[in-house]
Amino acid sequence: MKKKLLIDIAKSLLFARWKQTLVAAIGVTFSITMFITLLSFMSGLNDLLDGLILNRTPHVRLFNDIKPNQNQPVKLATRYGNAHHFIESIKSDANRQAIYNSGAIMESLKKDKRVLGFSPKLTAQIFFNDGSIDITGAMNGIDPIEEGRLFHFNDYVTAGNTADLTKISNSVILGKGLAGKLLVNIGDIVQVTTSKGERFQLKVVGLFQSGIRDFDDVQSYASVSTVQKILSEPSNYISAIQVKLKDINLAPSVAKEYEKLYQIDAEDVQTANSQFETGSSIRTLISYAVGITLLIVAGFGIYNILNMMIFEKMDSIAILKATGFSGTDVKNIFIYIAISIGIFGGLLGLLFGFGLSATIDQIPFNTASLPTIKTYPINYNPRFYLIGIMFSFITTYFAGWFPARKASKIDPVVIIRGK
Amino acid sequence: MSTNILEAKNINKYFHDPIRVQVLNNINFSINKGEFVSLTGKSGCGKSTLLYLLSTMDTDYEGQIFIDGDEMPKKNESFLAKIRNEKIGFVFQFHYLLNEFNVLKNVMLPGLKLNKYSNEEVEQRAMEKLKILGIEHLALKKANHVSGGEKQRVAIARALINDPHIIMGDEPTGNLDKKNSDLVFDIFNRLCIEFNQTLLIVTHDPSFADRTHRIIHMEDGHILI
Repeated sequence: MKKKLLIDIAKSLLFARWKQTLVAAIGVTFSITMFITLLSFMSGLNDLLDGLILNRTPHVRLFNDIKPNQNQPVKLATRYGNAHHFIESIKSDANRQAIYNSGAIMESLKKDKRVLGFSPKLTAQIFFNDGSIDITGAMNGIDPIEEGRLFHFNDYVTAGNTADLTKISNSVILGKGLAGKLLVNIGDIVQVTTSKGERFQLKVVGLFQSGIRDFDDVQSYASVSTVQKILSEPSNYISAIQVKLKDINLAPSVAKEYEKLYQIDAEDVQTANSQFETGSSIRTLISYAVGITLLIVAGFGIYNILNMMIFEKMDSIAILKATGFSGTDVKNIFIYIAISIGIFGGLLGLLFGFGLSATIDQIPFNTASLPTIKTYPINYNPRFYLIGIMFSFITTYFAGWFPARKASKIDPVVIIRGK
Repeated sequence: MSTNILEAKNINKYFHDPIRVQVLNNINFSINKGEFVSLTGKSGCGKSTLLYLLSTMDTDYEGQIFIDGDEMPKKNESFLAKIRNEKIGFVFQFHYLLNEFNVLKNVMLPGLKLNKYSNEEVEQRAMEKLKILGIEHLALKKANHVSGGEKQRVAIARALINDPHIIMGDEPTGNLDKKNSDLVFDIFNRLCIEFNQTLLIVTHDPSFADRTHRIIHMEDGHILI
């Protein structure tokens, strides 16, 4: 009841000066609009750039690394157990790149609750033969369905169909740059030579463009069984297992665990691509800083307008106090004014921010390196909207608090006697 | 003996800026229920200062003030605001109506603040007060659309809304012409006679003061009579 009366008075004061109120609210609206748009756009861009690498990168990659054996024979000699060993001329141990017991590992991965999915992979170094020219290239054996589901492989296949890799035997998807060099298109046959000298004829069923040119110039994809055939290896021959987790942040610990469990090398995505997170967080920081600066400027606008209003309404404040409104009541009236400007302006800002981001989302953005992107990227994360409205609330509260406190301290005697 | 509505005991008041000056010197008096008292004196004699002390708006004094038998504390701001709301009605030289509201709402505001009656009851009471003052036809007009004399009557209605123990006036006729001054006096007089309303009015209009029941005359911070 009492609150309602104060709100009622605040409302009347607001509407009595609706032009000023509107200017103040527009200030808040503008800053919230820019805040939302900036963050949505920046964050959309971040996601895009991160996705460029992270979408395609497994969270944990299991493989056999080429490196010297950790357990050199001298360690087995108990006589020198506590001694420091100087061993020279160690060679890396790389007699077998395939994962031992890959079938059992995959069975156990299937049962792991943290794992979203995994796809086997094997890589072969090959030459593409085009007349007298041999082009060095790499062929990746993949499971097209899982690769598409987990690592967005389909997004990068610009022509042809990924599923054909399994349907058509001896088929291949070439990088766009590579296909350009070989002058082939879908339906054509390419000839490849393995490092062991064997020749194969493969049918091109698709072209892919990853956005990274060096990659597109040398890479090609085929089904796991095709590559196994090319390498003359059995069907359990797999050189890597790519694991995607439900929570990317678990990757480092899971990688360590698998390393022990399967006696294998495991690399997590954070170690492999640490530079991306740094870039993203700094970009996010900058957009927040700009957004908050805008809001603070709007806060000063509200502060000024309320200050002016208080000077104009000295008489009203004096009589309110003379007739029994306490300083706290007067303070609350002005805080209500400030907050209603903030909430009204803020909500409008959210709406305009959404509209502006949606507009930006429609602007064409074509770049050769990003085949899946047709318009500017926008992230419609509700968190930005929540932060936006909260900040508009907080800044207007403080912008209103100082003038309101001043109003509450007005001595009615001074005003009334001054007349 | 009739009840003491307002009592001042040993009131001393100093102005500190720019130098310490005593403006009120050992003031003692009391006002009984139903009295119509005027406080007169030359400009600067301290009569308005005294009124603002009695009204609880100014708390910087020495001595004691009793309203309705209770001593007024000097610190508790929100308590004093409540006292002003409930027990004191004010009429100033300037009307101090809120231009954002219509006449009726202006009268209702202190009543709504008191929060003793429902909105509808306060509205009805406000209409009654306006009727007593003969300005009920102005109820829905904006406060800045009525004449000066009418404004002052609205201000009186506002002072009456919570049935205060005492109405305090600081030169309520100071800005009005003879006709309106007489009108305001007649209203005060009628309130006193018909409704047994206690009034304390600061004025330096001798013709106004002479017609009141009792005159407290001040000079240089002292009460003469």
